[in-house]
Amino acid sequence: MKLGILVNEGPYTHAASDTAYQFVKAALAKGHEIYRVFFYHDGVNNGTRLTVPPQDDRNIVKRWSELAAQHKLDLVVCIAAAQRRGLMDAAEAKRNGKDADNLAPGFRISGLGQLIEAGIQADRLVVFGD
Amino acid sequence: MAEESGSGITKKFLYVNRRAPYGTIYALESLEVVLIGAAFEQDVSLAFLGDGVYQLAKGQDTKGLEVKNFSPTFRALEDYDVTKLYVEQEALQARGLNEADLLVPVEVVSAQRMTEIMEAQDVILSF
Repeated sequence: MKLGILVNEGPYTHAASDTAYQFVKAALAKGHEIYRVFFYHDGVNNGTRLTVPPQDDRNIVKRWSELAAQHKLDLVVCIAAAQRRGLMDAAEAKRNGKDADNLAPGFRISGLGQLIEAGIQADRLVVFGD
Repeated sequence: MAEESGSGITKKFLYVNRRAPYGTIYALESLEVVLIGAAFEQDVSLAFLGDGVYQLAKGQDTKGLEVKNFSPTFRALEDYDVTKLYVEQEALQARGLNEADLLVPVEVVSAQRMTEIMEAQDVILSF
């Protein structure tokens, strides 16, 4: 089955990102296709490469990046939600006159149309949030 | 956006609004998805459950909160061909509201009927 994933909460405060990650991993192991993982609301914070969790804890951001690299996942951070919350790649930083960028490897920034498109193209869109 | 919507597939999309309009950003950002999604020419409906019914309440005044009152945007949905708005009857009742308190025309439905509406969808986005 072709699955679209929506993650609506940020890392650590809520379990949504952990649950989505475990779900995606399990779905891939069963041979399903992940069409796209879309990060919205505070979910965009899953895409910052500047998190430094304690060493005995899971690294949520790194884990998404690694899964994306292993399985060529399309991890998309909503641009409107990201701009509100200070998430940007190098191109966005330049465009907005900011002196830094913080998007983690394997993530890309794009519009909400990517979420709608995932809903249209995937067999199921699974929402992880509160 | 046009090239993205050129898939030729039309699905039934339901946006489920469960939260009060202010206090969290979910309601505002949900409406942003609805507006962007309108360009994709899908079969769109909106559902309002629980505190989500407050999103449609008339006479919202956010001056004291220093946040934008986005409720007038609901009146613009018609221009985007988004006209199917379902409001849970039990949620209105529990909050002392009725259809006359809402700022746009809606269909008030029972929680039971709402489950049937949900059952009929292809994609449900819950905010």
